[in-house]
Amino acid sequence: MSDTAKPENTNASAERIKATIRALGMLPVLILLAIGFELMTGKFLSVNNISIVTQQASINIVLAAGMTFVILTGGIDLSVGSILAAAAMAAVSISLIPGWGMMGIPAGLVMGLIFGLINGGLVAFLGLPPFIVTLGALTAVRGVARLMGADTTVFNADLPFDFIGNGTLFGVPWLAIVALLTVVISWVILRRTVLGTWIYATGGNQEAARLAGIKVGLVLLFVYGMSGLLSGLGGVMSAARLYAANGLQLGQAYELDAIAAVILGGTSFVGGVGSIWGTLIGALIIAVLSNGLILTGVSDIWQFIIKGLVIIAAVALDRYRLKGGART
Amino acid sequence: MTPLLEMRDISKTFGPVKALSGVSLTAFPGEVHALMGENGAGKSTLMKVLSGAYVADPGGQILVNDAQIPTGDPKQARECGIAVIYQELSLSPNLTVAENIFLGREPSKSGFVNRARMHARTQPVLDRLGIDFTAGTRVSALSLGERQLVEIARAVASDARIIVMDEPTTSLSSRETERLFKVIEGLTAQGIAIIYISHRMEEVYRLADRCSVLRDGTYVGTLDKDALNARTLVSMMVGRDLSTFYKKDHVSHDDARHVVMRVEGMSDGTLVKNCTFEVHEGEVLGLSGLVGSGRTELARLIYGADPATSGTVTLNGQTVTPRNPRDALRHGIVYLTEDRKALGLFLDMTIAQNISTCVHERDAYRGGFLNFRAQADRATKAIRDLAIKTPSARLNVGALSGGNQQKVLLARLLEAKPKVVMLDEPTRGVDVGAKSEIYRLIDTLAREGMAVVMISSELPEIIGVADRVLVMRDGEIAGEVRAAPGKPVQQEEIMTLSTGAAA
Repeated sequence: MSDTAKPENTNASAERIKATIRALGMLPVLILLAIGFELMTGKFLSVNNISIVTQQASINIVLAAGMTFVILTGGIDLSVGSILAAAAMAAVSISLIPGWGMMGIPAGLVMGLIFGLINGGLVAFLGLPPFIVTLGALTAVRGVARLMGADTTVFNADLPFDFIGNGTLFGVPWLAIVALLTVVISWVILRRTVLGTWIYATGGNQEAARLAGIKVGLVLLFVYGMSGLLSGLGGVMSAARLYAANGLQLGQAYELDAIAAVILGGTSFVGGVGSIWGTLIGALIIAVLSNGLILTGVSDIWQFIIKGLVIIAAVALDRYRLKGGART
Repeated sequence: MTPLLEMRDISKTFGPVKALSGVSLTAFPGEVHALMGENGAGKSTLMKVLSGAYVADPGGQILVNDAQIPTGDPKQARECGIAVIYQELSLSPNLTVAENIFLGREPSKSGFVNRARMHARTQPVLDRLGIDFTAGTRVSALSLGERQLVEIARAVASDARIIVMDEPTTSLSSRETERLFKVIEGLTAQGIAIIYISHRMEEVYRLADRCSVLRDGTYVGTLDKDALNARTLVSMMVGRDLSTFYKKDHVSHDDARHVVMRVEGMSDGTLVKNCTFEVHEGEVLGLSGLVGSGRTELARLIYGADPATSGTVTLNGQTVTPRNPRDALRHGIVYLTEDRKALGLFLDMTIAQNISTCVHERDAYRGGFLNFRAQADRATKAIRDLAIKTPSARLNVGALSGGNQQKVLLARLLEAKPKVVMLDEPTRGVDVGAKSEIYRLIDTLAREGMAVVMISSELPEIIGVADRVLVMRDGEIAGEVRAAPGKPVQQEEIMTLSTGAAA
């Protein structure tokens, strides 16, 4: 017995090391990047700079959390940047109505939720491909955002919820707190509820999920609704930070950073595999890269090139991980 | 006359499995040589050796016109005039007939396709075969039968001398079948040899000059046209001892037993036609028939996985007719898919999660929070009861062997507390040990009073396990074969019904 158990044990520990590496995912990359930038600039790891990095990362973390839900089902949501702009427009516009100030927050959230549910309805019940649906929404919702402000920038210097964008709680920026709460709540849904299991099951094998009695339509409606809602939250955060919203410029290309964060975090593009913690780390890597490259004085143009290459390298890693996974 | 094709002593092993052992086959010019045998008898393997898709084991020889050709070389086989037309056609529907026929060897000049020449060379072939559509027709506009003719035209256009047809009429209407036969007769008149794989007796009577039978990968014998008759053929295809590893302790020869499920007039408009049957408490009902006869489709209709055009399902006297799988599960009807990896398991999820898939909701705390203890308890119990071999319930199910994966899927179904269990090829891709465990499980389910419907392509299996066997043919229930005390279900009767030999 003992002689057969032994090799299994070494196998098991090797498996465990592999599993740990897989679970850690991109965390070592994040730490190495932070240390590298600190060595190069000497000011990267200051409290002040870390506070800036987390604030810069916060909106992308929120969008990427929603994107994680969608990508876990094997889908994609290209419309998050546009929805963010529309939600920000709604939030600022409503806050300008006398006596309605704080209603800007729910206005932005509901705006996002509605667009998300429309996306989800089209994907779940008409069976349209997510890429096409949300590509259409990317354009159409952008138009709606411009329409809302008659294609101008709306300002509110006395924004009643500006603390979200600029305030701190015990020294921690509210933006970072909102982002972290979003991640925690997403984790609870994904890992602690039946719905979360259904999301993973739908992404892992949609037809098998349907045959196992899982409400696949509901799952899809939920994930796109969630992505829309969190885009709405991103819009509120963005409005609170800027005291203003602009339908044309706000949130341009945000979907790309959100998708990049999810993929960097190790969530598989085909669905069924991934975690919200990975997404958090992915979003932080992107923020650290942006911030660190600015601190080291790399030009704006080179920042684009480097960020793009990092994303491609991450997808290469994703394929490698799938191949090296426990699947046999 | 010298044979056009000679296959001598062909064997083929896949790992420990011997798919073919010492099979020989000859074909003369202008002959239709039928090849028959049960599902899994080795017909397709033999044809794949012929086409060069597989390398034969050492010692086997293939001779075309007395010249030996190497096995396992598709290109060489094609050049020697061997063409195989598979059941799944390999045409590109977006291209024209001519483009398909010349796919991969387009007449061209410095990289530009010479479309005119392509059409000019295709049309005479079509005319010679008596085909009434033109070379420029887009394949997507053609019916299945017409597409088959395109495949044949492709073979002829590449100067094939030996054409293999693998169950060509499976999805053809009777008129299309008739036309195909005309074309085949035209081909043989030109000296082409046809190897014709079919399960249908009437086609073999009609076309074949000779008929060879395979069983369990061995050559049984060849009959000449005059000697062909259903009884001889069926006994050649079947004649095998029932092995003893089937377990049947439950007994149900009694129609008076309570009817659990009644299916009435189930149709889907294409593959399933007006199927009506009952299954009793504590009974194992076998559902037999050839591949493509509509067994899986019927089970999926009952389970609500596909939309039915008509038909009802009654459970304990109450009409339930599931609209979707969720509905079926709620009523206690479960279905084990024949393709556990593509349609059953979540390979990236743990064994425990896979077992509880259908009951997560029922176990959950208020607010939809997962009950991990219930999940773990169910997994522990299922691993013990079904003897699933795994170090831990938290292992991904993808890491298990086929037999253990199947047990996980069975465990999932049983957690749903079913009244009716439909099993589609429950032992496919499962090793012998797990097979007999699954048979024992089916027996236990029946003894506990469940109604079990088992679809199987393996006749000995269905006879060993089922009390009563419904045989499907062309989407209809062709008949019923039942065991009586002291007399088990007869394989010959099932074969006769499923091939239509009685008709």
